[in-house]
Amino acid sequence: MKILLVGNPNVGKSVVFNRLTGVDVISSNYAGTSIDFTKGYVTLKGERSELIDVPGTYTLEPTCPAEKVAIEMLREGDIVIQVIDSTNLERNLNLTLQLIRQKKPMIIALNLYDEAQHTGISIDKKKLEHIIGIPCVTTCALSGEGIKELIRKIDDARVSRFIYDDTRRWNEIGKIIDQVQKITPREHTFSEKLRDASVKPFTGIPILLAILLAVFVIIRVIGESLINYLFEPFFQKAWSPIMLRLSEILAGHDILNDLLIGELINGNIDYGQSFGLLTTGLYVPIGAVLPYVFAFYTVLAFLEDSGYLPRVAVMVDNIMHKMGLHGLAIIPMLIGLGCNVPGALAIRILETRKEKFIAATIMSVAVPCMALQAMLFGLLGPFGAKSLGIVFGTLFIVWFITGLLLKRIVKGTSPEIFVEIPPYRIPYFKGVLKKTWMRLKWFTKEAIPFVLLGVLIANILYSLGIMQFIGQITAPVFNHLLGLPEEASGAMIMGFLRKDLAVGMLIPLNMTLKQLIVASVVLSMYFPCVATFAVLVKELGIIDMLKSTVIMVLSALIVGGALNAILSVAFK
Amino acid sequence: MISLNNMPAGKNGIIKYIDGGYGLIQKLDTLGIRTGKKIEKISKQWMRGPVIIRSGNSELAIGYGIAQKIMVEMN
Repeated sequence: MKILLVGNPNVGKSVVFNRLTGVDVISSNYAGTSIDFTKGYVTLKGERSELIDVPGTYTLEPTCPAEKVAIEMLREGDIVIQVIDSTNLERNLNLTLQLIRQKKPMIIALNLYDEAQHTGISIDKKKLEHIIGIPCVTTCALSGEGIKELIRKIDDARVSRFIYDDTRRWNEIGKIIDQVQKITPREHTFSEKLRDASVKPFTGIPILLAILLAVFVIIRVIGESLINYLFEPFFQKAWSPIMLRLSEILAGHDILNDLLIGELINGNIDYGQSFGLLTTGLYVPIGAVLPYVFAFYTVLAFLEDSGYLPRVAVMVDNIMHKMGLHGLAIIPMLIGLGCNVPGALAIRILETRKEKFIAATIMSVAVPCMALQAMLFGLLGPFGAKSLGIVFGTLFIVWFITGLLLKRIVKGTSPEIFVEIPPYRIPYFKGVLKKTWMRLKWFTKEAIPFVLLGVLIANILYSLGIMQFIGQITAPVFNHLLGLPEEASGAMIMGFLRKDLAVGMLIPLNMTLKQLIVASVVLSMYFPCVATFAVLVKELGIIDMLKSTVIMVLSALIVGGALNAILSVAFK
Repeated sequence: MISLNNMPAGKNGIIKYIDGGYGLIQKLDTLGIRTGKKIEKISKQWMRGPVIIRSGNSELAIGYGIAQKIMVEMN
């Protein structure tokens, strides 16, 4: 049996899905978190049934691709569970009436029921059941209330006999609302005042800047503390002795020793330079990057679940418009600051090819992921904030200018923002932890194999002399245009695979500050990593991604060359 | 009757007319924005930014170009 979970966006379908199946899916407090469908299984009276979390839709008359997916899936379902946001009964019933016409057995979960009660809305469940002829269950999916009853009632799902005139649908809904819903008027609450303040320009812009600053400070404090007090001591005091011992055991097996431990610097392990699988290969993803990734995702999860992100979209909408995008495009960019791969997936919340192409390109060119940022902090941090400022400032300007140009070059339309702004909700602590945990698991699964593979490939290429050969043939570009030693080409090759490792390869080159800045910017810009590229190919097709790649490489060379010229004068 | 863009923030009104094609009217309809609907304008962003309105219990952000086509009669 196939059971479908259907409903408007951001009504808590994914949370209900988690509760019913135990399968973890990411949910947030804004529309469009689940654009793909997710499948899970529930056992009903000993029978295993398939449960499908259908992407949120406002209507069965599709207005965007995500809605089309939802409608096609509806045909295959045997039973429909409609999840309703009880605080927005009218708009949700619009979908209910359309679903009724599909003549499938239905059941309704009046979700967010506790929140409706807090806001002074009461719904007469019995009367609603009576009018539309579908069993209703009140639920609060976050706390799990009502979920058991929902499972019990799946058997009672019924085909509604409610008949109405489709041209007068809103009137019919109005009549139902009059009978089942009572609203007790209340004073404006603090939460509402905060809602209004965060979308008015005079108060909203300072709030946005304050939050961005707080986010930055919190990520650095958490990330640095974890590194200084946990990861660095672990690697130095616990892991290094084990590695040195292993190195002694492996003495004589040069190839294996080089591969696993790498080179000893002054008789000791140097995690930046040794370049063995078990030394640099583990230290870069775990010791240097993971703490920042953890910090970033914890903060992001709080922002997502609080409902603040759509307000960021509103505040930046006019700026995004200049780049042929609208405000919601800021969400993939923010997610991309953690890791470009989920950022690339989030590009799906945009509708047209033009928007997707622009968003994918400017993210790949100028949104550095946390892994890259963490390594850049390590590389440039000792030279002071100014050098980091130049790198990130350049990337920001490139991001904006590339967008400006692409808006004019890329054909197609850029629709306007039209989105629901959810109420603020206090993030549910367990939910935040779970989401961060899922993303970390995912990061480790993606990052560690790629880094290890990168170390392996680098070792092989160096020992076969291929790296040196590529260095020679690309020397003119590196020496003359970018002012870099040709050995930097090795880092650029590694950059296709992993940016963090690539930055690590710049460390032993003993470059000047100017060279480090140019190399950092070029490395950030010329290509995303292969993992991101693969996702984007799936989203945009290979032809568009090849075009996008040409733009990335060209802009990296132009900006790198210009920066080299400017800094040569400035740093004299 | 004035467009949603020109309506001052903080005012209430009723949507009288949507100056758009079938596609736009459908799109707005799905989120409950239709002729006869009571709305409150909360704010408008600078430089042709979106308008924020409250209608019933939900809040919506509407892009400048769309808001230009929504005609409202203020209370």
